[in-house]
Amino acid sequence: MKKKIYIRSTGIISPQDTFGEAAGIDIHTIYNGSRMNAIEPDYKQIMDPKSIRRMSRIIRMGTAAALECMAHSGLTEPDAIITGTAYGCIEDTVIFLNKMIENKEELLTPTAFIQSTHNSVGAQIALTLKCHGYNNTFVHRDLSFEQALMDAILLLEEGDVKNVLVGGVDETTDTSHTILNRFGLYRKNANNINLLHSPGKGTMAGEGAGFFLLTAERSLQDVAVLDNLSMQFDPEGKLNVADWINEVLSEHQTSLDDFDLLVLGNNGDLKSDRKYDSLQKAMGDNSRITYFKHLCGEYPTASTFGLWLAATALKNRKLPFSTGAAHKLNTSGKVLLYNSGMSGNHSLMLLSAC
Amino acid sequence: MSKHRPDIYVAGLGVISALGIDLKANRHALQSGESGIHDITHLHTIHKGVFSVGEVKSSNAELGIVSGISSTASRTALLSCMAAKEAYTDAGLHSETGLKIGFVSANSTGGMDKSEDFYAEFLTDHQKGRLRNVVSHECGYITEQVAGHLGIHHYISTISTACSSSANAIFHAARMISAGYLDVAIAGGAEALTKFTLNGFNTLMILDPNPCKPLDENRRGLNLGEGAGYVVLVSEKALSKLGTKAYCLLTGWHNVNDAYHQTASSPDGSGSYMAMQGAIAKSGIRKEEIGYINLHGTSTLNNDLSEGTALIRLFGDALPKLSSTKAYTGHTLGASGGIEAVYSVISVADGFVYPNLRFETPMKDAPLHPETSFSIDHNIRHVMSNSFGFGGNCSSLIFSAC
Repeated sequence: MKKKIYIRSTGIISPQDTFGEAAGIDIHTIYNGSRMNAIEPDYKQIMDPKSIRRMSRIIRMGTAAALECMAHSGLTEPDAIITGTAYGCIEDTVIFLNKMIENKEELLTPTAFIQSTHNSVGAQIALTLKCHGYNNTFVHRDLSFEQALMDAILLLEEGDVKNVLVGGVDETTDTSHTILNRFGLYRKNANNINLLHSPGKGTMAGEGAGFFLLTAERSLQDVAVLDNLSMQFDPEGKLNVADWINEVLSEHQTSLDDFDLLVLGNNGDLKSDRKYDSLQKAMGDNSRITYFKHLCGEYPTASTFGLWLAATALKNRKLPFSTGAAHKLNTSGKVLLYNSGMSGNHSLMLLSAC
Repeated sequence: MSKHRPDIYVAGLGVISALGIDLKANRHALQSGESGIHDITHLHTIHKGVFSVGEVKSSNAELGIVSGISSTASRTALLSCMAAKEAYTDAGLHSETGLKIGFVSANSTGGMDKSEDFYAEFLTDHQKGRLRNVVSHECGYITEQVAGHLGIHHYISTISTACSSSANAIFHAARMISAGYLDVAIAGGAEALTKFTLNGFNTLMILDPNPCKPLDENRRGLNLGEGAGYVVLVSEKALSKLGTKAYCLLTGWHNVNDAYHQTASSPDGSGSYMAMQGAIAKSGIRKEEIGYINLHGTSTLNNDLSEGTALIRLFGDALPKLSSTKAYTGHTLGASGGIEAVYSVISVADGFVYPNLRFETPMKDAPLHPETSFSIDHNIRHVMSNSFGFGGNCSSLIFSAC
């Protein structure tokens, strides 16, 4: 990255109480079973009730998180809106598919079809904010949010825009959960608080919407600085994560020792958590490591929650939902966020305090 | 705006559409004015015999053999692989270039053709339905499958902004090269005909049962199509390393949101207007220098009026040569920006100007006079390609002679 990118504000809806000013971010919400659902705000406080009725759940979540982020930014309109979503609007996709099959392609109505396109969330945000600026939607599996972020970084580096509203959103529906469950991704009777303490086969499903207002110009209210974003595509699972991360760090004249905190995307599944082993070993000191998927669950854009957690920790000099690790960050705080999602791709973000 | 951004060359092309399975077949059909719009043959739907579509004539089994990926894969992946492989070879790429190569591919419904099969069984019993038919539901899965086949792993990205998806993929790739993250990118998109999209567009009542008539006063809707189209974008350094001759440059691009309605374009075409104007500004040319515009021109009442209004507002009486090639291919949704980018590149490189098939009567409220026969104009230096989609996403690209 050629420029420092400032995160001016955030807005996040997650399975934890993370939305709004009074969010009780030190109290865990406990989930039992195989799935954590997002805690949705009272949308009527945020959006026009008439338009809420027309929106599907994922569009509501995405739009509300985006509006919350904008409200904290002190800006009325972003120059660009970029969204990441791997699954897109599954609820409406499934509604239309079911009707089409049940009615044998007859007597169908357009509403679900219209809202099934992957850019519906980004489009609704543009409509709500009356924003004619750049608008794009990335749908690349577990790197959907990272690629949206990459595109935002490019825009800011090119200098054509001053700020970008960028986010990730994915929903779990009963149908999608039933299908993904058949792939053996989830445990039957898990408890999210113990999820990472008792690794086994499978994880818990999650969902949420997280938006970030990025600028290339510093302001007094910035939450954190994004110093680097890197991705790795690793279809055969051959990547040595620690070697790759050390390589990225040395390109940035830094090393693991310089970081106050590592935020890792372990999800409790023994097999997929092996990807984190080499990094944890290289770090040595467990007191500088924290996790986030026991709070938000596993989903393709879960790194939005990880980024929110890392940025919030840097702003408050303290971890929200502290899990025993690194309660305090020093003033020259640096945080490393590493995530490997369900498709096996890898992402790394380096953040620092403002 | 970065004034001294590096040049982005187009060094390879690949395309599959209703006009044929490769570049040569597409060029031939375009030149001879042969439309690819016919009755449905492969898609299993009750609408067979009702709606005309731009279907790729090959079956999945045939595409599997030629593309080299399994014929049980989604048709979207098969189409994508056909065109991406052609583009890769056309640019002289190989696994030992030492260049940072990316694959940026768009689609609007992923492997929906397979998901439909899965759901039909799943609905009868939630333990039924073959899981292999639902793995490709994610749009990005298709891209990774094809990237894997091409041996590309440096950067793999998928974009989905409905009908403007491929145009956005192409210029995201260009910007990745400009910024130095990539040397080469195969960029465009793919889309297969599915029952989901056919029935979806049918509920919107914007399908013409007969072959469509873009820009015509008596147009009655669009024909869906399928296919894939990719351009290989390369930096100057990569171009000399590959030793390939470039077709042209990608000089302009712009993306805006109409922010008017989830599906309809604003009547004054403000999104289309801003996209075209922005692309011209980025390109650094005067609008009078545009020699040909490959329109979005879907043949719906709404799009063509909106795009026409924007064109007249932007160009006044001095409209460049223009046409919609969707009368040839149908509207290939997420692939349209890729397929039409390929046609636009040929237009810059070889002077091809495509006819707007079946055009008779100019629209009353936005009279455009598209080309009605094929011609070759070697004076064309700049070609604009428009792609507008649901959700207000409007993008324009400009290709320019080297």
